[in-house]
Amino acid sequence: MVRQRAAEDRRIWLLIGAIALLAALFVPFSQFVLNVNYDYTLRAVAFGGALLGVVSGVLGSFAILRQESLLGDALSHAALPGVAIAFLLAGRQLAVLLIGAAVASWLGVYFIRALTGSTRLKQDTAMGIVLAAWFAAGIALLAYIQARPDASQAGLKTFIFGQAAAIVWQDVQLIAVVGGAAFLILGLFWKEFKLITFDPEFAGANGFRVNFLSMLLSTLIVVAIVLGLQLAGVVLMVGMLIAPGIAARQWTNQLTQMVLLAAVFGAFAGGTGAILSAIDTNLPTGPMIIVVSFILVVLSIGFAPGRGLVWTWLRQRRDRERFAAQTVLRELFHYAFDHGSLTTAVPESFLLGVSGGHAARLGLRRLRSQGYVQPVGDKWQLTPSGVAFASHSAQNVLLWDIYRQYGDELGLPLVAEDRQQNIRRLLPDEAVARLEEKLAGRLG
Amino acid sequence: MRFQNNGQPAQNMNGAGKALIIDDLTVAYDSNPAIWDVDLEVPEGVLMAIVGPNGAGKSTLIKAALNLIPRSAGTVRFYGQPYEQARSFVGYVPQRGSVDWDFPTTVIDVVTMGLYGKLGWFRRPGRRERELAMYALEQVELQDFAGRQISQLSGGQQQRTFLARALVQDARIYFMDEPFAAVDAVTERAIVAILHELRQQGKTVLVVHHDLQTVAEYFDWVTLLNVEVVASGPVGTTFTPEKLRQTYGGRVAFLQNGQAALATGD
Repeated sequence: MVRQRAAEDRRIWLLIGAIALLAALFVPFSQFVLNVNYDYTLRAVAFGGALLGVVSGVLGSFAILRQESLLGDALSHAALPGVAIAFLLAGRQLAVLLIGAAVASWLGVYFIRALTGSTRLKQDTAMGIVLAAWFAAGIALLAYIQARPDASQAGLKTFIFGQAAAIVWQDVQLIAVVGGAAFLILGLFWKEFKLITFDPEFAGANGFRVNFLSMLLSTLIVVAIVLGLQLAGVVLMVGMLIAPGIAARQWTNQLTQMVLLAAVFGAFAGGTGAILSAIDTNLPTGPMIIVVSFILVVLSIGFAPGRGLVWTWLRQRRDRERFAAQTVLRELFHYAFDHGSLTTAVPESFLLGVSGGHAARLGLRRLRSQGYVQPVGDKWQLTPSGVAFASHSAQNVLLWDIYRQYGDELGLPLVAEDRQQNIRRLLPDEAVARLEEKLAGRLG
Repeated sequence: MRFQNNGQPAQNMNGAGKALIIDDLTVAYDSNPAIWDVDLEVPEGVLMAIVGPNGAGKSTLIKAALNLIPRSAGTVRFYGQPYEQARSFVGYVPQRGSVDWDFPTTVIDVVTMGLYGKLGWFRRPGRRERELAMYALEQVELQDFAGRQISQLSGGQQQRTFLARALVQDARIYFMDEPFAAVDAVTERAIVAILHELRQQGKTVLVVHHDLQTVAEYFDWVTLLNVEVVASGPVGTTFTPEKLRQTYGGRVAFLQNGQAALATGD
């Protein structure tokens, strides 16, 4: 098991290396094939996109594990009226707009919590209505702002789908400082956040202030959303938030590694998405980031070892073959046993009839490749190694039967019944001896 | 539901030798009381089952005692102290279904969580904590599963993981919410062994239990609950057919040896 853990750890680092390599290759690819010019502005865009990917990937992992992905969606939509109101009050300054977004977004969550807490509305319903209402207010306010004879509103509507080109070095600094602060808090409260995410009840019983911690973590998620709004836009921000975490979850079973991997995936998606959208200024950034993220998600869900669909499919096929082989072997063994000799050749039609044609053929093919059976005309015969294996399996089943029936009586240690396992390995030798004695007594 | 008091006056002792004293505890959801005016005194060092029909408020009683849900009225004292002062020696095993077992973490990690409360703010679990967690895993016979991802556990193994997490807390009084629910024979036996071990160490254990057949075998103290406390005391004198009927209504059939089982009829 230790070795398995180490292999898993190595896999994570390999994966991180692969992504880094991919990112490194992407730069010359975009330069020479897509004719992207990495000037001062674009470097800010790429760097800002990657940084935002890290922040939203890390904090989004917690949104996923708290099963609050949709809350993230509601949050980002709810930010729009805040952006508009902040603009009306204080003008177009990113920090001010983001504070407005955060306030509106936070009010949105508060309202959702209040609705679910004090009425019979379920959370998805409350989120739906708050999301729609806040977003509608935002759209209306934007329309009002755009109707004003004021040139400085230009670009405000990029908050809907996101626009990387608007990001300048000053914004990157802001993202770095605020994101860094969020990470500092996350680091300080790491074990508390982990505990309240996994088991809030137990955390409460241990004296942790679950409501406070939960609100703090939600606030950090709001920070990630708000920071990313300008880049990904309110409509698609949720994708940037949760996609890296979803992809990361497929590769690992440890929270620390999941968060680390989400950061790497987020950086890749954010960076490349921002650069791709910068090729043509009319290309909104949010959708580009989501496309890249989604590719990462699809690849992860498909190919991640253990959880991935491809592996699951292969495993299921292997299991089906194994079970088919076991069934056929048992039939063969019993037929031969009943006919006096274990090397009696058994008609194929009998085996096909008993186990069903497809399963029996599958099983026979596997047994043959293992060298346990051999064809004799249109019959099948156990090979010497097949006889040994089948006898052993049959005896294992008998021992399990005896164990279930007399285990208590014989005072044998208690183990979970699993007939795929060799009972001789699960029980101490002395216990196996007593089982065999009992079995011999029963047979004799 | 009955709301009249069943004639057991709350004994007003000074609380010496009592692990838990609950006075007038009422919890209401939406104006319906989930538990009503519960008075309960649990002596130190007993293994106590809390039994009662579905909706009797068994889990609610535990959660309200541990401040996990708001109380409408009442006080709870652990070894004479209110919860705020007592929580370092109060252990809790929630229902297994209350968490997402696909959470990305390992068995030993979950067990280590039992020590987070003692670690205090900002401190990370280290080697000592891992050793303690490993020792607790050995007690529930899960030492070979320490590095296993929790989603790969069977129901019984999940339950033992939760038990180990409570054991590392090294509490004086334990609250367990349906630890025997849908577990395999190995786990059931392991839990019973742990319970007896805890009693040997002089700890007090309260267990929400659903299997009336095993109450007399596993426990020495019992509380019959149906919104109100119907009876509470030693199993021998409290776990009687008459008191069970008061708790469950007519839905209990009685076995000859005085044990009881839920019948399938009405």
